[in-house]
Amino acid sequence: MSAVQEALPAARNSRDATVRRFALTDSIFHATTRAAAILVLVLLGGVAISLFAGSWQALSTFGFSFLTTQSWNPVTEKFGALAPIYGTIITSAIAILIAVPLGIGIAIFLTELCPRPLRRPIGMAVELLAGIPSIIYGIWGLFVLAPFLQTTIQPFIISVFHGIPGLNGLFAGPPYGIGLLTSAMILAIMILPFITSITKDVFDTVPSVLKESAYGIGCTTWEVTRRVVIPYTRIGIMGGVMLALGRALGETMAVTFVIGNAHRISTSLFAPATTISATIANEFTEAVGDLYTSSLVALGLILFVITFLILAIARYMLMRIDARTGA
Amino acid sequence: MSTAASLHQRRKRKNGVMMTLCVAAAGIGLAWLALILGALLYKGLSGVNLAVFTEMTPPPGDAGGLLNAIYGSIVMTIIGIIVGTPIGVLAGTYMAEYGRFSKLTTVVRFINDILLSAPSIIIGLFVYELMVRPMGHFSAIAGAVALAILVIPVVVRTTEDMLNLVPNALREAGTAIGAPRWVVIRSVAYRAAMSGIVTGILLAIARISGETAPLLFTALNNQFWSSNLNAPMASLPVTIFQFALSPYEEWQQLAWTGALIITLTVLALSIFARSLTGRREDK
Repeated sequence: MSAVQEALPAARNSRDATVRRFALTDSIFHATTRAAAILVLVLLGGVAISLFAGSWQALSTFGFSFLTTQSWNPVTEKFGALAPIYGTIITSAIAILIAVPLGIGIAIFLTELCPRPLRRPIGMAVELLAGIPSIIYGIWGLFVLAPFLQTTIQPFIISVFHGIPGLNGLFAGPPYGIGLLTSAMILAIMILPFITSITKDVFDTVPSVLKESAYGIGCTTWEVTRRVVIPYTRIGIMGGVMLALGRALGETMAVTFVIGNAHRISTSLFAPATTISATIANEFTEAVGDLYTSSLVALGLILFVITFLILAIARYMLMRIDARTGA
Repeated sequence: MSTAASLHQRRKRKNGVMMTLCVAAAGIGLAWLALILGALLYKGLSGVNLAVFTEMTPPPGDAGGLLNAIYGSIVMTIIGIIVGTPIGVLAGTYMAEYGRFSKLTTVVRFINDILLSAPSIIIGLFVYELMVRPMGHFSAIAGAVALAILVIPVVVRTTEDMLNLVPNALREAGTAIGAPRWVVIRSVAYRAAMSGIVTGILLAIARISGETAPLLFTALNNQFWSSNLNAPMASLPVTIFQFALSPYEEWQQLAWTGALIITLTVLALSIFARSLTGRREDK
């Protein structure tokens, strides 16, 4: 036999072995990546389960009244989540009221008015606001914004609304500087970049033909924006607003600095209050006793459920606009 | 004629008003950024000196630095990135390569986007229940795990997006010369998407280096130098939180200086990351 004939089966064998080895490594790699993807699901499930387990004691002790009572007394171990829930919702709602018109305005400016060379730098500057850690907003709010509000804006507003029934309750009490309104303003600055960048992105999905035909029949820039661009992108804008709302509800550090951490519900927007996340951040490491800790985890569970729902709705809306542009 | 002209005038005036408001909105946004950066520079710069980087955090009323806090932040950030990045990249790889059209990918993408915006204090509570409570004490490793959980969704998202941008022709060329799929992914797709994936990792570093809430009850804080991963460790954000809310002037000054250090680091990282992808888009 010649050497070539002897080598052939060997070569075939080694080729088979190589192919098998390739297939094996490939399936290992496939399985590894799949496991990593599943881990992401496990993480969220783990968060839900651990929060539920941690808050079980509080929930079983207080039952439904945990959601509806206002007292928060570590000494008598009576805990109710109403005050933090109220603070969370009020601060986030005011923040949305401030940030949505501003954010949409900036998006209109960036897409319709801004000179082209400035577009990218200004867009980037607004997005940099999103990159600043929340603790920076907190320290700025406490040492710069709050004293400013306390000495100038708040006394002025209090004196203006003093004699108006109904409204004077909203702006009553001594001007502390810190409180619901200050927190809401800080939150508004923090969520502004999210609203702006998502609104800008969905504005860019409007086909130019639509806008050009509106301009063609003589519409002004505002009319094009109001009647064509915003109706076309309504779902996307709402998705962005919901996303920002999710952020605002869960924002912790910045609010912790300026909310005042007072467990009570007050009609005045200038009064110190508390939010779910600020309560957890302030009290968790100092909580003595299982029931206290468990009540704080239960607050976390409430926050988790609220933000999960809001963010899920937001993502669903944004997915719908993605699907439309993809089609 | 007069009604048509006045209508025209009114529409033009309305347009003018609304557009002015939009310009004003942009002005307010930029002014706010300038105000925050200005205050940080003004209050922070005056406290920058060598002691900040060479001395430990002081007891109340004393001078000192932030060395242990800076060290702790760097250590926990690095561990968080080392743990979180591989998981994120692998999950992103599955979603863009093996399972691009699978149902699992749709679900994971949805859940990942929610994790991306989930309140970080919730992650802190989760890691507390997961690690701190069973171990019986706060530890740097728990803090690092909390940060890793924040890294994962950022990296998953960018990895998937960037791999989806890689042209299929490149993959097909790799497959055509007989390379198995994992070789194609490793030597073709990863290489083509490298700058994008690195951007994602940089953005993740920028995100976690300023995170406070998840560290509050995982790594806690430490007044002294500690390199023990199994013990509480100081970090820059938690130190700033503690010092800023204290009544002592030296501590408040250190808080401002620390805040300046974090902000400059984060801004530099995100500008650098954006310039990486910016070059890609221009090409």
